[in-house]
Amino acid sequence: MNKIQQALQNRILILDGAMGTMLQRYKFSEEDFRDERFKDFHKSVQGNNDLLSIMQPQAIAEIHSKYFAAGADIVETNTFSSTTIAMADYDMQDLVYELNYESAKIAKKIAEEFTAKEPHKPRFVAGAIGPTNKTASMSPDVNDPGFRAISFEELRVAYKQQCEALIDGGVDLLLVETIFDTLNAKAALFAIDEIKEERNIEIPIMISGTITDASGRTLSGQTAEAFLISISHIPLLSVGFNCALGAKQLTPHLEVIANRTNLAVSAYPNAGLPNAFGEYDESPEQMASQVKEYLDKQLVNIIGGCCGTTPEHIKAIAEIASQYKPRPIFQSENLSV
Amino acid sequence: MEKKLENKKYLKLSGLEPLIITPESNFINVGERTNVAGSKKFLRLIKERKFEEALSVAREQVENGAQIIDVNMDDGLIDGKEAMVKFLNLVVAEPDISRVPIMIDSSKWEIIEAGLQVVQGKCVVNSISLKEGEAEFIHHAKLIKRYGAAVIVMAFDETGQADNYERRIEIAKRSYDILVNQVKFAPEDIIFDLNIFPVATGMDEHRKNAVDFIEATRWVRENLPQVSVSGGVSNVSFSFRRNDPVREAMHSVFLYHAIKAGMNIGIVNPALLEVYDNIPKDLLERVEDVMLDRRDDATERLLDFAETVKGTSKESKIDLSWREEPLQDRITRALVKGIDEFILEDIEEARQSVSKPIEVIEGHLMTGMNVVGDLFGSGKMFLPQVVKSARVMKKAVAYLLPYIEEEKLKNPQVGDSKNAGKVLMATVKGDVHDIGKNIVGVVLACNNYEIIDLGVMVPPEKIIATAKEENVDAIGLSGLITPSLDEMVFLAKEMQRQNFKIPLLIGGATTSKAHTAVKIDPEYECAVVHINDASRAVTVVGDLLKKETSVSYKENLKKEYDNFRKDFLKRQRVKTYISIEEARKNKFKIDWNTSEIRKPNQLGVQILNDFDLSILKEYIDWTPFFRSWELHGRFPNILKDEVVGKQATELFADAKKMLDKIISEKLLEARAVFGIFEANTVNDDIIIQNSEFKIQNYFFRTLRQQSQKAAGKPNIALADFIAPKESGKQDYIGCFCVSTGFGTSALAAKYEKEHDDYNSIMVKALADRLAEAFAEYLHKKVRTDYWGYASEENLSNEDLISEKYKGIRPAPGYPACPDHLEKITIWEVLNVKENIGVELTESLAMWPAASVSGYYFANPEARYFGLGKIKEDQIEDFATRKNMNLEEAMNWLKTNLAD
Repeated sequence: MNKIQQALQNRILILDGAMGTMLQRYKFSEEDFRDERFKDFHKSVQGNNDLLSIMQPQAIAEIHSKYFAAGADIVETNTFSSTTIAMADYDMQDLVYELNYESAKIAKKIAEEFTAKEPHKPRFVAGAIGPTNKTASMSPDVNDPGFRAISFEELRVAYKQQCEALIDGGVDLLLVETIFDTLNAKAALFAIDEIKEERNIEIPIMISGTITDASGRTLSGQTAEAFLISISHIPLLSVGFNCALGAKQLTPHLEVIANRTNLAVSAYPNAGLPNAFGEYDESPEQMASQVKEYLDKQLVNIIGGCCGTTPEHIKAIAEIASQYKPRPIFQSENLSV
Repeated sequence: MEKKLENKKYLKLSGLEPLIITPESNFINVGERTNVAGSKKFLRLIKERKFEEALSVAREQVENGAQIIDVNMDDGLIDGKEAMVKFLNLVVAEPDISRVPIMIDSSKWEIIEAGLQVVQGKCVVNSISLKEGEAEFIHHAKLIKRYGAAVIVMAFDETGQADNYERRIEIAKRSYDILVNQVKFAPEDIIFDLNIFPVATGMDEHRKNAVDFIEATRWVRENLPQVSVSGGVSNVSFSFRRNDPVREAMHSVFLYHAIKAGMNIGIVNPALLEVYDNIPKDLLERVEDVMLDRRDDATERLLDFAETVKGTSKESKIDLSWREEPLQDRITRALVKGIDEFILEDIEEARQSVSKPIEVIEGHLMTGMNVVGDLFGSGKMFLPQVVKSARVMKKAVAYLLPYIEEEKLKNPQVGDSKNAGKVLMATVKGDVHDIGKNIVGVVLACNNYEIIDLGVMVPPEKIIATAKEENVDAIGLSGLITPSLDEMVFLAKEMQRQNFKIPLLIGGATTSKAHTAVKIDPEYECAVVHINDASRAVTVVGDLLKKETSVSYKENLKKEYDNFRKDFLKRQRVKTYISIEEARKNKFKIDWNTSEIRKPNQLGVQILNDFDLSILKEYIDWTPFFRSWELHGRFPNILKDEVVGKQATELFADAKKMLDKIISEKLLEARAVFGIFEANTVNDDIIIQNSEFKIQNYFFRTLRQQSQKAAGKPNIALADFIAPKESGKQDYIGCFCVSTGFGTSALAAKYEKEHDDYNSIMVKALADRLAEAFAEYLHKKVRTDYWGYASEENLSNEDLISEKYKGIRPAPGYPACPDHLEKITIWEVLNVKENIGVELTESLAMWPAASVSGYYFANPEARYFGLGKIKEDQIEDFATRKNMNLEEAMNWLKTNLAD
């Protein structure tokens, strides 16, 4: 059993909150994104938040620190869009290795500092692997339902590149997240399984899907249970949901998963549903009180926040979670890590 | 709390939905029709590349109960890999098919792998075996595991196919050990196909084919933990290919025994399957003799017998057996299913069975409609179905009316039939939106209420007068635009003044329980109810009007709204506001020195008349269309929604049909006028100029957010997105009006005349969607072409729906600029009425209703926002800027005024 599994047996682990929400506070301008290195780059790069890991690393480090200080056990690297597929929007495919490697390094350094200060509470870094901006099982063209903008093979190659760089940069685990199309996630799992075999390593994997609306389905149409079945072929550390919904709306879908798996269950919802201005305005106290329901029902082992959440939210969640025992995890050969 | 977790090792598969195969599961039936080797029709369709039709084969199988569908493209004349990928890509786009798991069937690994790469669910691979040796078997098994599929293992090895009991169990055991111990394949994901071979071939070595399979199945299930056993059943009856009754019996008998031995999955054509208990005794005995190898002469005896039972094969066709049922059942069924094909003959039969024609309505039809009402009320029917039921009902009533009239002439003393109550419905003055009102009207009419529908833009005097004349039992008011809210308040006051004692129903998109409780309810002593859901309308109106419930229900309503109002007002007091001066200081700041302003390619006003509707089709955002029918969910996911998916799919098919008709027969006309002009701002005013204008400058007066913002968040007004005069930069703004409403009312009226409310509502709902689509399309053309500030843009329709484009097109009356007054300026600037004929009503709603107007802002930082509530100081300021008296300005903006 590795450290993170040990920790999971003992307590509910806290994942960090939103990166984008925190970055907005810095109000970085186009110039801040470019600096000297990209000053003549042919495209606007403002908004490419993953780029900040190399252009404004101190800000990324500061955000990780804030989350650890708020009580997070795990922070996610700033690599949600760091695949050749997502970076194509900015013509920055060539930077993928560097983005992932440097992001992992930054987070790992901060994690080690905190672990050194509080050895009883080791801190972990999860390599964040987003869904990309393309979908392998749906057509972007309503008139041509058989068309696909991306293939499994292209996804596999892109994910493999990202994961290798994250592992090289020192992440403790990989987090395939915000899965709206299970086929994309399966390509990521395929790539990770290949790396594990080729490098003869073990690395814990967290999987987190996204239920997009009250119908209880992923964007690609699967029910929560069908999603769980579709990704259960690779040994996983945890399975769960993030984004799209607030803590309250996520509860029934977490119940489906929690009652059907022996894996750890994770949840990191948004700070409520977006208001009329597209902002997330659930307060830390409100969110923590919603999260209490998960804890009362023993639904989760790992909990954090997605869009709109801040260190204040994570602090409130961590405080309430510390008063509860984790959901029991049954050992099985599935957990071979 | 200690939880018991289900941790049994079951075979779990998934499409969009899970399929878990437990020991308690019934036999899992795999559909075989999408297999080019198994279906000549499917082979032909694939060869002719009729993939759409091939899809219907898959759909039919799932509808007929297949729990997994087997897809096979192995044919010499087909590019199997290409066909597999293409077909599966289409299958996964059809939620009613892809809800079940897929079995990817091929003898070629490259086809299997290509299939595994396009399906998100957990599939079954059919199949692998030791035929080419252990190395390849292991290689493929590892990949299948990595792709996350279950696997069928054929009883086949290097020396050939297992054809007896011993070879079957030997190969199964060896395969199992390799998979479980070396590959670490989950044993529950292994399915053995132990080779079903024909019996009764006349050859002695085939006599034990069925028995050996059955016995090997028993051994495998007892000795190889957690695996499943499957097979292609039709093989067993191969020698009776031309005798379906015998084949059906053979399949049933074989399955009966194989299932008992542990076979739990199979490829069976359900059309070629007899119920075991229904097999005639003599045939059963002979078939079992063959299957179980019980007599030496079993084959001959079955062959002899078979000659006597040659029959015709079963074919699936539309089931009309319900036509045999009793009359009332037929009428009820026609109403519930919305089938109008036979309704007139059934009604005629009913008419002849009663003494007075009115009894058919009061008896047969009401009995049927009560069933519809109950099903709808309990959520088992959906709105589009109910509207279809109403269509059948109306047809039936229209048929009966002449007879009823005739009857009245004969017996003048007979009064009108009793209905449940009279409800007056109207869209209030100045408003033209009536889809929701019509739906509520239809649903109430289905429940035996008499509906007096005054239509749209109905002045309050007319509502009051008609209500008195007709002595109605309730009034229903509808409205979509914000000024309609005040009309409703006015009407409530007027009803109070004139001493009305009937309930007032409020509905429509901008209405809310909060507005009803806070603004309308206090004005009227009798009951006021907010209803935004047609299914609730029936129960609410029922409770209001039924003698037994009326008094207490009304009292409770009053109390409920009173409490709601108190709570609401309590909650409201927390927001704080800042003065308009302070808000202006905290405006949304754009750095005009660096902000890129693109000079439009074409300045001035342009008109598009008789625009080609077919271009707009692909720009339609369907989600609001379903919402207008009270089917909630996002398109296209709604089509596969567990609850409303089936209805949504049917409605969508009807909508597409109507849309094609509208387009091909040019039933509606699309027109647009738009313009782009030089513009700059002074404070919150946007000043626009153009050499063609009649006056020097026009002003768009914008409103600014005034609620207290968190630090760093601006108080936005639309003016912030245009460069101020003092910046010295020339900026630009656009505005537009599009309409696809020309022809709508005539077309809707035509359907109404044919008693077809369903299609009347459909036309209006589609016209609304087309107008939105036109606005979307035109905005795109402006961005990429006429203005050209985003000429590189390449966005899909979904991207457009989620507003991923650069720049915005806010519309007066919507959150960023909720006052409708600026429409007047747009009308002047663009000469909208003269140029394309769209008019403004006194409440500033657009006529025809299917119209959209708004502004274009190009700045990349421009974004949608909601104004929220504003304070009196801004309204005073606004009145001064607009040179209008304060009272009038207050009137227009009072819904935005913070209390």
